[in-house]
Order: sequence, then C-alpha cells, then structure tokens
Amino acid sequence: MSSQTDKAAQLDSGNFKPELEKRYKIDQIFKTISWIATFSGLVVLAILLIGVLVDGIPSLSLEFLTSPPSRRAAQAGFWPAFVGSICLLLITASVAFPIGVGSGIFLQEFAQNNKFARIVEINISNLAAVPSIIYGLLGLFVFARLLENIPGTGLPLTGGRSILSAGLTLALLILPVIIVATREALKAVPDSIRLAGMALGSTRWQTVRTHVLPQAIPGIMTGTILGLSRAIGETAPIIVVGAAAFVPFAPDISISGFQEPAFTAMPIQIYSWISRPQEEFHSIAASGIIILMLVLFTMNATAVFLRNRFQRSS
Amino acid sequence: MISTKKLAYSLSLVALLGGLVACGGGTDTADTSTEDGTDTAAADAGAELSGTVTIDGSSTVFPISEAMAEEFQAANPDVRITVGASGTGGGFEKFCGGETQVSGASRPIKAEELANCTEAGIEVIEVPVATDALSVVVNPENDWAVCMTIDELNTIWSPESEGTIDNWNQVNPDFPDAPLVLYGPGTDSGTFDYFTETVNGEEGDSRADYTASEDDNVLVQGVEGDVNALGYFGYAYYFENQDRMKAVEIDGGNGCVAPSEETVLAGEYAPLSRPLFMYYSKAAYDEDPAVKAFIDFVVDPANKDFVAATGYVPRSDEQYAETKAKIEAGEVKESAE
Repeated sequence: MSSQTDKAAQLDSGNFKPELEKRYKIDQIFKTISWIATFSGLVVLAILLIGVLVDGIPSLSLEFLTSPPSRRAAQAGFWPAFVGSICLLLITASVAFPIGVGSGIFLQEFAQNNKFARIVEINISNLAAVPSIIYGLLGLFVFARLLENIPGTGLPLTGGRSILSAGLTLALLILPVIIVATREALKAVPDSIRLAGMALGSTRWQTVRTHVLPQAIPGIMTGTILGLSRAIGETAPIIVVGAAAFVPFAPDISISGFQEPAFTAMPIQIYSWISRPQEEFHSIAASGIIILMLVLFTMNATAVFLRNRFQRSS
Repeated sequence: MISTKKLAYSLSLVALLGGLVACGGGTDTADTSTEDGTDTAAADAGAELSGTVTIDGSSTVFPISEAMAEEFQAANPDVRITVGASGTGGGFEKFCGGETQVSGASRPIKAEELANCTEAGIEVIEVPVATDALSVVVNPENDWAVCMTIDELNTIWSPESEGTIDNWNQVNPDFPDAPLVLYGPGTDSGTFDYFTETVNGEEGDSRADYTASEDDNVLVQGVEGDVNALGYFGYAYYFENQDRMKAVEIDGGNGCVAPSEETVLAGEYAPLSRPLFMYYSKAAYDEDPAVKAFIDFVVDPANKDFVAATGYVPRSDEQYAETKAKIEAGEVKESAE
C-alpha cells in the first residue's frame, strides 16, 4: 500500500523520468543497425549477381546448354554437366525422400520415448553438421568400393565411381535435413488432431495418414527442397566419389548408364572452368553459374507453388 | 476440395516426370549426335573404335590430356573418354587401383607408387608428353628483378628465410629497399615439389610465410596487384597472362635465360624446365584397342599443335621418335628415381 503511494508520488513529483525521446532514439539506432545488417547482405548478393550476370549473359545460349565441353571456350558447352546434375538430383530425391520422411514419421509419431530414440535423435542432429567431404569419403568407401559389384557375382551394383554412387552419397548428405524438417513439420501439427482421430477409433497409422501427414506436407516439402538445393550445389563429396573434369557425353538414363564410372555435374564443371588461365573460361563459368541458379530458382519456385497448393487443400 | 488436392498431387507427379523427361531428353540428343558423328568418322577413318578410356592425374597435365581427349573423341565418337584432375599422387592411386588406364603426372612416378602398381600386377609405361618451364614472375612495373640466379631464388625461398628475408635489398644489394611479397603454389602441387627440390635442394623444403594457393589465378592476381610481388607457377599461366606480368630471366650458371618455347627446347632454360608425363598400363595398351589408339594419338608428332596450344612446350621431333620406339618396344618402367 505504501509502495504504491510512493510510486504515485514519484510520478507526480516527476522522479520517474519517461525519457521518451532518449528511448525512441535508442530504438532508432537499433533499427538502423538491423537495417544495415540486412542491407549489407543484400549488397553482397547484388554485387555477386550483377558480376555473374554481366560476365555470363553474353556467352549464354541454347547451344552453350546443349554442347559438350571443349578446351576452346567458344565451343564449350554445359550439356553433360547439366544432365549429370539433373540425374544426380533424381537419384538423390528418390532415395532420400522416402527414407527421410519415413524415418521422420517413425521418430515423431511411432517411436517410444526411450533411450534408443534419444540416441538416434542426437545422432541425426549431429549428422546434419558433419562436413560434406566426410560424406564423400563415406560414399567412396561404401558405395564406390564395397558395393561396386553384387557380392559373389561379377555383376555391377553401383559400378564403382558412378553417378549412382554419387547420388546415393548426396542422399546420405541430405537425409538429416529431411528427417529434421519432417519432424519439425509433424511437431507443428496440434495434438488435438491426433487425439480426435484416435478418439474416433482410428489406429495410429490411420490418424497419421489421413490427418497429421496432410497438414505436415508443406513443411516436409520445404525441407526436402532445401535439402535438394544443398545437394545440387555440393562439389566436395562428388569429387571424392569420382566426378571427372572433362566428360564429353551425358549419362544414359538407364541402370547401366547410371552404373558407368564416368560422370560430371554442374558445380564440378564450373570449378574446372574457373581455375583455368584463360579469361574466356571465366565468363562461360559465369554462364554455367546462371544455369545452376535458374535450376535452383525453378526448384524453389516449384516448392513454394506446391506448398501453397497443399496448404489450400488441407 | 478433393479436386485441388488431386491437382496438387498430380502436379508433384508432373514435376517428377518433367525431371525424368529432361533427363531422358538428354540421351536422345546425345544419341543423335553420336550417330551423326559415327557416320562422318566411319566415312573418313574407315575403322570404328569403341570402348572407354579413363584418364586422371596431375592438374598440370590436365590441359594436355583434355586437348588430346577432345580431339581423339572427335575422331572416334564411339569411344567414351573422360579426364579427371585429382593431382599426380591421387591419379597414381586410382591408376594402380586399376580404376584408370592412363595417368598424367607432373613428376616421375615415386618408388612407393611404382611398388603399389607392381603389387597390383600393373606394368607401367612412362611417356613424356611435353615440357613445362616453371616461370618466376614479377609485376610489370618491377624494373630491378630482370635476371636472378638460383642462389638468389634460394635466398628468397629457403626455409631459413622465413621471417628474416623480407626486403628486396636482402636478396641482392643492387635491388631497392622495398618489401618482398611472395606468392606460390600450395604444398599439394607438383609445381611446388619440383621448384623446392630444384631451388632449395630438398623436395618440400620451403619457407611457409607466403601467400599459397592451389588456384594459379589467385597468384596471377596477387602478382598483378603489387609492384613488390614475386611468384612462381607453370609456364601456361604466364603464357596466358603475359600482359599482366613479367617473367624473370633465370641464371642457372650459363647466363640469363628467359622462359620461352625456344629456350626450353634447346635445353637452355635450366634448371627450371621439367618434363610432363603420361603413364599407361601395358596390359591396357596391348588388350584394349581404344587405349592403344589413344596413346598412339598422344605420341603422334602430327598432334604436336594441340600441346602447343595449351601453353606448354611440345617435344622435339627426335624426342617424339624416341618415345615412339620406347612404346613399340613396350619398355616397362622398373625403377623410380
């Protein structure tokens, strides 16, 4: 009682100084700092983009996209690298998506909260932070060496340093990203939906399939596309697995084509061009970067589009 | 409600199929171009080769392997030829593991590498394909470092100089009082191995307080941007950037010699000239017509210009003849220096 009257007295006597002006000033200063932080990122991005566009657009053409590489910059093309990257993405997506989403659903919806689940959980979070070159070494040993041939027969399984081995390695690399994204998306679905489903007599799987998963799909899609975007830009692991710098033919879209131990991908080709002495190669490397960016933008746009569709429907 | 959902699912399906089609489209185009190519090649060569040739090895030799591979591929469209650049050591590892048939090297094979190959049952044949002149370069505005002796280079680069030699006038009293800024390749490079062995007497012995990069373009930019800079790298990078820097003449005991095609061929640009090699497996050459054709293509003096265009110095006609004789005799490399 007495303290309240004290406060009131302070306010009245002017002992409490709102100092509105000073506080607004601090507000303003912080706002400026945040703005500078945002803007400096944008400036760097703009400089990069402008640099790449200025260098790359003149040499960008349909012919550039559809020709094989050459040691003469004027004739060099991007086709084997472009097709190589698309095929890598398909292999990666078709392996990582079902396994990643499956593990995410299991860990989030079905696993008991016991020691085993916690160990798995911690390990998956740690795996997401392992440098990509380590995955490259793992992929080289497991996919390219151990699984080169079907054991006991001489028949090829991954075929050694093939696009299949590289795709599987990239799938390992992005699995943690997909699992974590799936779990986060499932976590965000309110528990009341699960409870309602089960109260009406559906099994756990029925609840997950018909109610929880449809709500989580947008988040899962975003996570998957983010993972695939990471995969398409990776250089280190596929170099270790065996991507070559000069491959004048695109891979065949067949099992045996994927098993052939000769492939390249967009980041590899760009890196190989950038490190050459001739200036002209630096500009076609920029053209390559533009194509890589366009593929990335297309992927992201598809993700946003699909997410909006799924969101509206659920 | 249901229809939008169906639409969304079918869209994802379309996206996946779209990807497959884009991928599949690739094969079609590749096939057509191969067919077209085969016709012309069959028309003028009369013989069709097929098979695969896998090349890897030194990034220094890469431009040569690539040039040869490209021209060979154009002449033999059914052969699938690929070139990697894992470095000399990395290349030999794959080569002795039987993963590649040809390996580029910017130094001769080491005894332990040869032992690995022999153990794996691979008989190795060594073919010199070109000569590289390690170029010591300075900024174009540097007017004092015109000619340097190997001793002076040793003063600059020896491990003892680390932290002590940091001014041009410490190298030679005639040089001005200016800070010494150094650029050079990283320790994984064959260029580094060769330079340190020649200049400092022991392979890998070098001061470490210099700007090192595996990307020679970084070194080019460094030397171009600083009047007091000195750097070294392979001749090809100097050749491509002659307007941006100056090569220092090297006095190896017989007067000042600038790096150029003539001085290298005449053996005058010593001791910083080094041979570049390709190694191939004898069994692959004898049994695989594609590999045989490729090696014969590489050592054919008619294809000398492809080497010259890379910025390396092609070998002389006598040297080509020697190599040819060596290949025909199937002279297997039995011991390494």
